Amino acid sequence: MCGIVGLFAKNPDLKENLGQHLSEMLKGMSQRGPDSTGFAVYSDNSLDNSVKFTLFNGITQSTWADVKAELETTIGVPVNLETRGSHAVITASSTVEKILSFLGSQHPEIRVMGYGHRIEIYKEKGLAADVVGRFGLSEMSGSHGIGHTRMATESAITTEHSHPFIAASDICLVHNGSLSNYNGLRRRLQNYGMSFETDNDSEVAARYVAYRMNEGASLREALEAALKDIDGFYTFAVGTIDGFAVVRDGIACKPAVMAETDDWVAMASEYRSLAHLPGADTAKVWEPEPAVVYSWGQE
Amino acid sequence: MTVIDLSKTSLRDLNQRLHDLNGADRNNEWRITNPSGEHAIAVGLNAPTNVQIDGPVGYYCGGMNKEAMITINGHCGWGVGENIMSGFIRVKGNASESAGASGRGGMIVIEGDASSRCGISMKGVDIVVTGSVGHMSAFLAQKGHLVVGGDVGPDLGASIYEAVIYVQGKVNGLGTDCIEKDMTPEHRKNLARLLQEAGVDMNPAGFRRYGSARKLYHFNVDHADAY
Repeated sequence: MCGIVGLFAKNPDLKENLGQHLSEMLKGMSQRGPDSTGFAVYSDNSLDNSVKFTLFNGITQSTWADVKAELETTIGVPVNLETRGSHAVITASSTVEKILSFLGSQHPEIRVMGYGHRIEIYKEKGLAADVVGRFGLSEMSGSHGIGHTRMATESAITTEHSHPFIAASDICLVHNGSLSNYNGLRRRLQNYGMSFETDNDSEVAARYVAYRMNEGASLREALEAALKDIDGFYTFAVGTIDGFAVVRDGIACKPAVMAETDDWVAMASEYRSLAHLPGADTAKVWEPEPAVVYSWGQE
Repeated sequence: MTVIDLSKTSLRDLNQRLHDLNGADRNNEWRITNPSGEHAIAVGLNAPTNVQIDGPVGYYCGGMNKEAMITINGHCGWGVGENIMSGFIRVKGNASESAGASGRGGMIVIEGDASSRCGISMKGVDIVVTGSVGHMSAFLAQKGHLVVGGDVGPDLGASIYEAVIYVQGKVNGLGTDCIEKDMTPEHRKNLARLLQEAGVDMNPAGFRRYGSARKLYHFNVDHADAY
């Protein structure tokens, strides 16, 4: 069992309090996933010509300031650094490839939680209330976000094994369920040159979506292909640069409920995570049908 | 009326107090506030008491109910009234999956939509949904009635036994061995009774009836080659 949530602000006035709402939604899913908690927030104020990385530094002796200085020397442009709990967000007018190359060669011990233009991903072991507090989620603003509370069933409980999993630039995935053909699928993707950070099944789903989109598929097409290629029980929520998508397996084994008002669209594993949202009592509420891709923003 | 605030009282304490009624307390009324989507609220009741829950509830609310009249003023999660034996559950909102699963008796009224597998393996309960129900509803349904005021998802009544289904809206596909049957005057009368008991103002004339073709009941020698 795990809990997943997603919130998309249709009304710009909601963006200021997006973190606050997402925080309450995650707390509502605490019982479904007490092992670890994670979330992705898409901020609204990023510059299109800059890239943003969320990093986790579990073991390195270097301070974030050292890493920033080294990176500035390597890429030759100023780097903005902000730290939140155990994570740091660096922003620079550079490319994803240059920064990944720097991290891979100079700081392989640093884990990349997320990257893109707008996405920030924070995840850690612990109950939702503790983890959202450590990262200050309730003070964050943004256009949309997804989150996850994990009850681990098939791989270790670490920060790296927590959700969301970054799939590609500004695309991440959270998963409630368990996949059955992920080892084979991982080998297939490795043969196509993809690398993996963990032995987690949900990471395979994230990389699969990235692989399909890299091949030219739209998000919808990638998820429709996933319905054929990924075997197991799942409700996936996928965050994209301007929205999110939800899909359930062919027999809808894992729960999902969606709600929509004029101001927002939200999904959660259980209604209790939606009940506190403004206007939830009069929202249109429904459960997504099996094997149907629902998406807002990017198709 | 006894008011229990679930933000102050534990679920265990609430359910223990309700279980302690043990058949008595005919005239009491209970009001439960701040349910906040908690699972297993008011399960296993065994007394003809009235319980009103103000807000959304989680999984299995009113499960195994005997005799109690439970009203949920909000949405409910999976398995509302699971294995209900008797009594009455009214949901003033939507219900999630498997509403009334394997229910033996009593009535569940959902004044909204129910999700997939509504009435799965029902064994005598009467379920009335004013809105729509999702896929695989009345799967393996053995006895009782499922009344749907709205539309029905795919695979209605797959492998159904002797339960009776009435649908007013569109049916998006019948499951194995489920067929449409004649709506006789007797069935119309039966449906009118169910709607009246449910307190639902709908005209029986607009409904169609579905049930078992009974082709899965016996081995068919023509299929011997398949084994």
